[in-house]
Amino acid sequence: MENLHFELPGQRVPSRFDAVLVGVVGSGNLEVMLEPGSDPAHCTFAIHTSARGFGPIWEAVVRNFQNQHGLGGVVVSINDMGATPAVVSLRLDQAVASLPDAGGAQI
Amino acid sequence: MNAHTSFAELSARQRVQAMVDVGTFKEFLGPSQRVVSPHLAALGVPYAFDDGAVIGSGTLNANAVLIAAQEGEFMGGGVGEVHGAKLTGLFRRALRDRPAAVLVLAESGGVRLHEANAGLIAVSEVMRALLDVRAAGIPVLMLIGGANGCFGGMGLIAGCADFVVMSDAARMSMSGPEVIESSHGVEEFDARDRALVWRTTGGKHRYLMGDCDRLVEDDVAAFRSAALDLLGQCKQPGAKQPMTLESLRQAHARLQERIENVGDCKDATDIWQRLGVAHPERVGDMEAAEIQALVAREQA
Repeated sequence: MENLHFELPGQRVPSRFDAVLVGVVGSGNLEVMLEPGSDPAHCTFAIHTSARGFGPIWEAVVRNFQNQHGLGGVVVSINDMGATPAVVSLRLDQAVASLPDAGGAQI
Repeated sequence: MNAHTSFAELSARQRVQAMVDVGTFKEFLGPSQRVVSPHLAALGVPYAFDDGAVIGSGTLNANAVLIAAQEGEFMGGGVGEVHGAKLTGLFRRALRDRPAAVLVLAESGGVRLHEANAGLIAVSEVMRALLDVRAAGIPVLMLIGGANGCFGGMGLIAGCADFVVMSDAARMSMSGPEVIESSHGVEEFDARDRALVWRTTGGKHRYLMGDCDRLVEDDVAAFRSAALDLLGQCKQPGAKQPMTLESLRQAHARLQERIENVGDCKDATDIWQRLGVAHPERVGDMEAAEIQALVAREQA
């Protein structure tokens, strides 16, 4: 197991939302939970992953995500069981699409 | 939801939402409360924020129900300490809230082996709590339609319920195929032979044997309508059999009778033949409705 933590600046604060959870902690898969955070100028990422030694790749994935979405006041929590970077990116996008702002009702 | 949505393809969370009336599901101990497994963290295995169990309340055609779903993709739906405690808590809450029914969308390989004794104890606690709910006159429905089936301790729990609903894609048993193969050898049971596995543990066999009360297609709407139908049946005066020492003795006598009648059969198809199924070799290709018609004919 490895625990990673990133905090990236962002401005797009979603309107009030209840926690959103997408994905499942299964082989090659992960769950992503979005919750409201207290700092409107940052998005934080707390990652628990079964695969050690992939910190730089995780950082690249979440930076890419934040470049696209620029979220602020959001806490992203991830439990990962060896998902590939592409799957992680898709799950992150799915989580954002499930926010009320996005009008999505994906579950 | 579309007219035909596969139950098996949905996650536990999606199944719960699809079963209850739209917008009525209220989750207890949701993922943001982070009631996670203490054992998995200690073993260095990733945990899930809901420990693979989704529990809560909702309505089913305006009937208040409590509902649980197990996530088969997380540790095979294995029952760990927290997962089991969530199911136990839901049943105990039923004693207070007195819902029209408790629905369990079961998908589990049984006890989560990482948690060993804690998981075993959890299974026995769930059984105790379930039986208390039945004793209080509240029906308990097991709906089994996931790819992982319902095995081990969860198979035992399913056996304690008032009603079992299965799809033909679902399986239910005590020892799973791999367990039988590793303890008795591949000659006894080849776990990789999918046709053998399904005709021995699958929904069609369970329905023909009387271990399952409703056989449905792998369709969310079919599960929902079977649950509603059973709920309606429970409301008829005298429809629901109370569990008594006498009813348990009768159930044991029926099991003994089953061994005497078909105990020498080597394969499920032999059993179906002996039960009077005209073309047992065709059962595998039949739709759920055709299988139901077979049983109806036998009863007539």
